[in-house]
Amino acid sequence: MTDHDHQARDLASETELSHALVGAYAVDALDESERTLFERHLAACPDCQAEVATLQEAAGVLASTSLTTPPPGLRRDVLAQIGTIRPLPPLPVQPTLAERRDELAARRGRRRRWTSTVAGVAAAAVLAVGLGVTQPWVDQPDELSPAQQVLQADDARSTSVELGKDVRATVVHSDTANSSVIRTENMPPPPTDRVYQLWYERDGVFEPAGLMPVAEDQTVQLNGEARGADGVGITVEPEGGSEEPTSEPIAEFDFGPAA
Amino acid sequence: MRSTEPVASGPPAPGGPEALGRLLQRSSRGDHAAFGELYDATAARVHGLALRVVRDPAQAEEVTQEAYLETWRTASRFDPAKGSALSWMMTIVHRKAVDRVRSAEASTRRDLTYHHRTSTPEHDSTAEAAHASLEAHRVRSALAALTDVQREAVELAYLGGYTHTEVAQLLDLPLGTAKTRIRDGLIRLRDAMGVGQ
Ligand SMILES: [Zn+2]
Repeated sequence: MTDHDHQARDLASETELSHALVGAYAVDALDESERTLFERHLAACPDCQAEVATLQEAAGVLASTSLTTPPPGLRRDVLAQIGTIRPLPPLPVQPTLAERRDELAARRGRRRRWTSTVAGVAAAAVLAVGLGVTQPWVDQPDELSPAQQVLQADDARSTSVELGKDVRATVVHSDTANSSVIRTENMPPPPTDRVYQLWYERDGVFEPAGLMPVAEDQTVQLNGEARGADGVGITVEPEGGSEEPTSEPIAEFDFGPAA
Repeated sequence: MRSTEPVASGPPAPGGPEALGRLLQRSSRGDHAAFGELYDATAARVHGLALRVVRDPAQAEEVTQEAYLETWRTASRFDPAKGSALSWMMTIVHRKAVDRVRSAEASTRRDLTYHHRTSTPEHDSTAEAAHASLEAHRVRSALAALTDVQREAVELAYLGGYTHTEVAQLLDLPLGTAKTRIRDGLIRLRDAMGVGQ
């Protein structure tokens, strides 16, 4: 068995392993590295989010078996100190990419979600044509490469996603250059017979934006046009890529409202 | 060191869980009086948990204080759609209590044998007072729905502040199985208590 197979198997079983940590996480019984691993999973797993909440409610009632009123001085200290601490503002109410996507798609009467074709993974058509492989960015001394034009554009905006401990992907997009570039750091390889596929998301529709070469650290330019896109997503697809996403994205880069 | 006093009765929770959520909401707008009310409604429970996990009364007071200050600072981040206000607060104090015991142990390895023997607190006046509360009684009944191993695993993890790996060692479970016992135990407790659904 090759290293690659090992890594692929590890990735494939990571979700299952993470699900199993949900109880220990709810009672803070994970060590530092497990906690990091699980929180990365949690951010993308609605099932675990719901389970964590209910298990924390359950654990919390255990505390009712050991009530102890703190000394009166503690109340005085706490109430004196809050005067010196500014409460955080609420988190900005910004529709998530998924919400905006759903809303737009619903309005247009063609609701297409990441999940809509998940059931059809086995039958997913593998695109043979019309889907280019993105080119690694090669520095060209004489003129600005298309990737550099994006990175150096005045309106270049960058969106980063943490995919795990020390694993990060950053999308830089520019309307004037009408293109985007993605940079990855410490990206693990996709599972066997799978590829990372890039997508532009536009009004609830996903446009293939190329396949990512396998490399931990790289900068690649996306196919397609950045102008008017709501964001970029990465999914894991069968080798050769898909016409539309067949799985939930492992990362979403929300461009936010246009500048 | 300030002494701790046992509470006379069960948890005061005027107006129920929604009331705590409203107090949190007012606190997020800087309302000191609301936060005072919130403190009075939850202090015995919050401090009881800190003391149970940390053991040392002086350190437990610090943990309780840190937890309330964090609650004050982050009150606007409480989302009633995701759970009760009390659970949200208990999660804050539990994380702080656990961080406290683990950082204290970072340099000196914990003697698990000793702690295992003492992980069930003495039947003191505090436990006595809590026992009187209706909810504590319900919790004890609910715990009966768990297998012995599940109950021990959940209590060692939540009240003892041990990692699932340590729980496995303490209970002589094969490595990796304690997390399953903890999860199964919590699910049974949840279903028996009818919380969080
Ligand atoms: Zn999960």
